[in-house]
Amino acid sequence: MTGKEKKAARRVLFVWLVFLAAVFVAPILVVLLNSFKGQFYITDEPFRLPTAETFVGLTNYAAGIAKTGFWQAFGYSLFITVCSVGVIVLFTAMTAWYITRVKSRPARIFYYLLVFSMIVPFQMVMFTMSKLANMLGLDNPAGIVFIYLGFGAGLSVFLFSGFVRAIPEEIEEAAMIDGCNPIQMFFLVVFPMLRPTAVTIAILNTMWIWNDYLLPYLVIGNKYKTIPIAVQYLQGGYGSRDMGALMALLVLSIVPIIVFYLTCQKHIIKGVAAGAVKG
Amino acid sequence: MQKTLRRYAAVFVLPTAVAFTVAFLIPFLMGIYLSFTEFTTVTNAKWVGFSNYVRVFRDSSDFTNAFWFTAKFTVVSVVLVNLFAFSLAMLLTRGIRGTNVFRTVFFMPNLIGGIVLGYIWQLIINGVLSWFMVDITFSASYGFWGLVILMNWQLTGYMMIIYIAAIQNIPSDLLEAAAIDGASPRQVLRNVILPMVMPAVTICTFLTLTNSFKLFDQNFALTGGAPGRETAMLALDIYNTFYGRVGYEGMGQSKAVLFFIMVAAIAYLQLRATRDREVENV
Repeated sequence: MTGKEKKAARRVLFVWLVFLAAVFVAPILVVLLNSFKGQFYITDEPFRLPTAETFVGLTNYAAGIAKTGFWQAFGYSLFITVCSVGVIVLFTAMTAWYITRVKSRPARIFYYLLVFSMIVPFQMVMFTMSKLANMLGLDNPAGIVFIYLGFGAGLSVFLFSGFVRAIPEEIEEAAMIDGCNPIQMFFLVVFPMLRPTAVTIAILNTMWIWNDYLLPYLVIGNKYKTIPIAVQYLQGGYGSRDMGALMALLVLSIVPIIVFYLTCQKHIIKGVAAGAVKG
Repeated sequence: MQKTLRRYAAVFVLPTAVAFTVAFLIPFLMGIYLSFTEFTTVTNAKWVGFSNYVRVFRDSSDFTNAFWFTAKFTVVSVVLVNLFAFSLAMLLTRGIRGTNVFRTVFFMPNLIGGIVLGYIWQLIINGVLSWFMVDITFSASYGFWGLVILMNWQLTGYMMIIYIAAIQNIPSDLLEAAAIDGASPRQVLRNVILPMVMPAVTICTFLTLTNSFKLFDQNFALTGGAPGRETAMLALDIYNTFYGRVGYEGMGQSKAVLFFIMVAAIAYLQLRATRDREVENV
């Protein structure tokens, strides 16, 4: 191929990629457009731009927020996600360090149980777990943080353990001779070295918990709504559904994700690739 | 050091161990036990042996239908997602202008939750189908292909990231040597690139496989199983058995155990497939 032909081929590829990117973004744009249309104009002609007749401004947003208590749902989602991720990262890092360094039989058994839990689908435990959570009084936002620690432990301990093994034990021995007790050692020596893994684990768990629907619905759904529960609630079988409010709520639930993605894009892509081990 | 650390077990292990026991271990063991009983709440179980398992297949064909629907959906999704993802990865490793922006855009749908994804695509698909005066609940094949499209939109970018990493890891002297030997682009793809990215193909195949097989949120939001229960996948069928009507909890739990066995079998195959390749992988 001559240089000119190569250049032309590249231009064709570039145009093709622009087209594909447009196809990928289009569904979200369609939802955004429809969120400004009157609710009766959405189902019939979703691909038509809002006109003077169909444009309703922010009415749908007001309706969606009022009907579902969106800000409250946002608050619960934020509280549950931030607390769970913090608790998971801290406690599973501690556990991973302990069971990698203490080579006792119970430690090994616990590790294998955690790895085993990664392959068990949620449906297997959803009924018994939600009933048990109910009996133990864990059916509130603080209780669900505890449940997420138990559920997230498998993947997180597994990933942390891999990296603990890569830390030379000599560093810890030196710290112990210098007079560190295990708690100081963990926070001053071990955890700082695990920071890159901690970021990966925090991101994987954030994406899971923020978007999770069934677990919070079964455990706290009748008293507290997270964002996915709020979206589903709007859809629920009570009378005719308000398409406008639904569109607005979809937009409102996508915005935080896009903001999060654009601010920590590099970590997210790296973290997701690292989490590829999970079945 | 081990000795001192051992005395701190309560600090380091106890919180995780207690949470894991309550959230997973007890529910899991109880789940297996309850699948052999009749119950409406977990405290009034009555032992019935294997009769729940027999009923799963004898009472209705829901579970078998859901299995075949899930299996078909999984096969089609795995093939299409990986085909698109690999093609995109090939396009985005040629140093074309704006590669990073494209990568960002293609990956984005992966971060959106399943419920939201389901309603986004319900709007789009019903919009298109309304030109023909029908909607997605009109026929099971509409629901099927709707789910396939949704799955491709969500997972292609994710798999693409893994393929891009694998393609970029191919040593450039291999590609140069192939070029010097006069290999055509197709020959390079078949004899150099594809063999070198095989570990990534294994990873992506199993990742799409388990993700498709265990799909719930997207299925629940997009079709909810309609028309009838024709587009309900296994996870949704289990959910419906538990919560759709009273008195079927034991049957739901034994469906869940069967589902677990299938997912575990896939995980076992994955373990073997990746272990066989471990040598080349490093």
